[in-house]
Amino acid sequence: MKHKGWQQSESAAKRLKKRYRRERRLKAAGILAIGLALGVLMLLLGSVIARGYPAFMKTEISLEVTFVQKLIDPRSTGEMAHLAKGKYGKVLRRALFEYYPEVTERAERRKLTRLVSKAARFELREMILDHPEWVDTTQRVWLTAASDVDMLTKGSMPRDVPETERRLNDRQVGWIDRLDAAGSLRTIFNFDFFTGSDSREPELAGIGGALAGSFWTLLITLVLAFPLGVAAAVYLQEFAPKNRFTDFVEVNINNLAAVPSIVFGLLGLAIFIQVFELPRSTAIVGGLTLMLMTLPTIIIATRAALAAVPPSIREAAHGIGASPVQVASHHVLPLALPGIMTGTIIGMARALGETAPLLMIGMVAFIVDIPSAPFDSATALPVQIFLWADSPERGFDEKMSAAIIVLLAFLMIMNALAVFLRRRFETSW
Amino acid sequence: MQLVILLIALGAIATIGFFLARRKLLGAAGRETIRPHSMSGYHGWYVAIWCALPSLIVLLFWLLFEERVLEALLISYLGPEAASLSSEMLGLLLNDIRNLAAGDAVSREVEPGLIAAAERYGGMRDTARAAMLGGGLALAVAGLAWSWRRVAPAFRARHRVEKVVRIALILASCVAVVTTVGIILSVLFESIRFFSIVSVGEFLFGLEWSPQTAIRSDQVGSSGAFGALPLFTGTLLITLIAMVVALPVGLFSAIYMAEFASPRVRNTVKPILEILAGVPTVVYGFFAALTVAPTLRGIGASIGLDVASESALAAGAVMGIMIIPFISSLSDDAIIAVPRSLREGSLAMGATRAETVVKVILPAALPGIVAACLLAISRAIGETMIVVMAAGLAAKLTANPLEAVTTVTAQMVTLLVGDQEFDSAKTLAAFALGLALFLATLALNVLALYIARKYREQYE
Repeated sequence: MKHKGWQQSESAAKRLKKRYRRERRLKAAGILAIGLALGVLMLLLGSVIARGYPAFMKTEISLEVTFVQKLIDPRSTGEMAHLAKGKYGKVLRRALFEYYPEVTERAERRKLTRLVSKAARFELREMILDHPEWVDTTQRVWLTAASDVDMLTKGSMPRDVPETERRLNDRQVGWIDRLDAAGSLRTIFNFDFFTGSDSREPELAGIGGALAGSFWTLLITLVLAFPLGVAAAVYLQEFAPKNRFTDFVEVNINNLAAVPSIVFGLLGLAIFIQVFELPRSTAIVGGLTLMLMTLPTIIIATRAALAAVPPSIREAAHGIGASPVQVASHHVLPLALPGIMTGTIIGMARALGETAPLLMIGMVAFIVDIPSAPFDSATALPVQIFLWADSPERGFDEKMSAAIIVLLAFLMIMNALAVFLRRRFETSW
Repeated sequence: MQLVILLIALGAIATIGFFLARRKLLGAAGRETIRPHSMSGYHGWYVAIWCALPSLIVLLFWLLFEERVLEALLISYLGPEAASLSSEMLGLLLNDIRNLAAGDAVSREVEPGLIAAAERYGGMRDTARAAMLGGGLALAVAGLAWSWRRVAPAFRARHRVEKVVRIALILASCVAVVTTVGIILSVLFESIRFFSIVSVGEFLFGLEWSPQTAIRSDQVGSSGAFGALPLFTGTLLITLIAMVVALPVGLFSAIYMAEFASPRVRNTVKPILEILAGVPTVVYGFFAALTVAPTLRGIGASIGLDVASESALAAGAVMGIMIIPFISSLSDDAIIAVPRSLREGSLAMGATRAETVVKVILPAALPGIVAACLLAISRAIGETMIVVMAAGLAAKLTANPLEAVTTVTAQMVTLLVGDQEFDSAKTLAAFALGLALFLATLALNVLALYIARKYREQYE
């Protein structure tokens, strides 16, 4: 008997046991559910990081390159304009063929040139433009390796599968191993990933252009949405009479907050591009569209922050003769500012991660130039991820995951900032 | 260029006006015996507003209509033969003239007539810009002079400034309404044009979806069928899968957090779960397409099931994961809102905590939970990136979660990404789908709000 002193029948004890069993089951279900959600989160982050971190490194190949005068500057003028037009592709091929003298067939030699990136010749040109005195000398230089070499070196391309299922055949692997054995292969931190823009070659593609596009887009969004949202919230919370119109506005704002983001993309396409004839694919249109999407979030957060300011503050200000506008702008708004900032940052974080509306307004193009103004064609970081996810080349796989890591890092920073602001400036009245 | 000059000049004039007005008021206040009605700053703002605002309003309208007026002038210059061209040809011609004036490449042979037109256009544009600059500056100076004269201790500058502020606030709060109207109008007009090509009945109940319209009439396999029923069923299937995943997980975790978890567990686990809500949808799309779908396919192959590589199951399951924090936090709110007295009353009657949850708290929180589910469904229907990346594009009428289906949002993206003219049925179809999506989510949101309000028990 469990409960001494109670009049408890056998069946009641059994029933009680059963009831407690049921409670344990409910608790277990809860723990299981939470565990499942957390597990999936870990899996999600884990798979992104595991795929993405190699992209922060890049492989380089070292070669003895002879900058033959005849190929670079045949008339030996030494002028920059002539140096810039040299035949660096040939210079590069010569260096490779010298390193592998045993390779003679045409097809094999072509494969040999594919060990280095297509941009290697431009790297050689940059070197000569930086050091014109190198002409007619032999230098040991580091060149970006092709994507396949990069993946093999980092282990993203398995070596132990049959030759036919690999992008590199055994002979090519042999060439790479020879470079490696000679110490002519290194992996270094890939700064170009953060400064470069999109490219058809995976080893050259970077997120610089997408970051700039996201920056301009978010700048427009912030500059428009913050004042508009705060002004609208101040009116609705502090000044608006309670009537049909303000009710209507409120219902509107709450509904807009729940409209799917892709519908805002349709709006941007129909209004900003077709009616106002703003240029397609630009940060200005993206910013305007995201502004409309973010506005309800900022308004709702600002209203909550304003409502949290106690009426005594308002009454005290009124009491010493402040006008309603002065009460709002001198007293209520400054006190509500931390809450407003938190809401704005969260809204901006959402805007940063948003993809679908930007697809609708054509910010989904292959853009090589880094946008330097809101009217330039641009793409955004999440759209870049989407574009790379669609690319057939395996080399973009790690780029995409690395871009996701960068995006998540930005979101984490923004959310941490919001939490910090809330904690730091939270006032309990 | 003129625009930038004008804006900078307006800023400068307004600043000068601000300080001039302040000085005038402070000087006058020192001499006269009347105490000024408003503080000097308000007089400054009053003058600054008069300097900048009229000019800015005129500028806005100018920029809206400049191009149209120039175009009309250009057409009248080109004469009757240009006016008789079809609208597309005319647009092409005008575009070429504009590009020629700007020094860009043109799509046709450059003839003297064209060059003359381009020069004429460039001249008109320069005149217009110069007029804009001059007019804007004149207006600003006039505003400065007029308002500066009114600055005096007795002048009620604060009232004027506050009136402007209030009007600005009201206009800002109207932006939300304008956005809604904009959404409705833009989607509605294009949809009406679409429905003049394809009947509403065919769109809603047709079983065939293949939006490729023929460029030539004799082309094969491009009939252009716009029966959206397979898209609706596909959307519903994926939403259903998402809810099957999200509802139990979200609800059970909400119950555990609200009723069983210690505050310490609650305070650590809740923010971590909210990370799930902050992950961008494109990342979920990546997860679905590159991690979940191949895994499901592998599992399917090992037990002899044929799973499509873009199965509805993968997209739906990941969408469910995305919705978990949504359901759990809204349900959590609903559960916590149930008053303590109900909980304690039930426990005092000898019910276990589980019985209290199931028989007392959940029924009391039900309206809130139902509303949360409706909002979650609306979110799932409108979700785009996961389905674009992980669900297929083939419109198939099926209820098998292992097959590939397509959804309304995925089709909208495919129809509108890439360059095509705005008038084809293909493009317009995206707007019709958008209208359907907007109406469906709107109905769900309104219903959720209604249920939460109507059935909420009042315990006070």
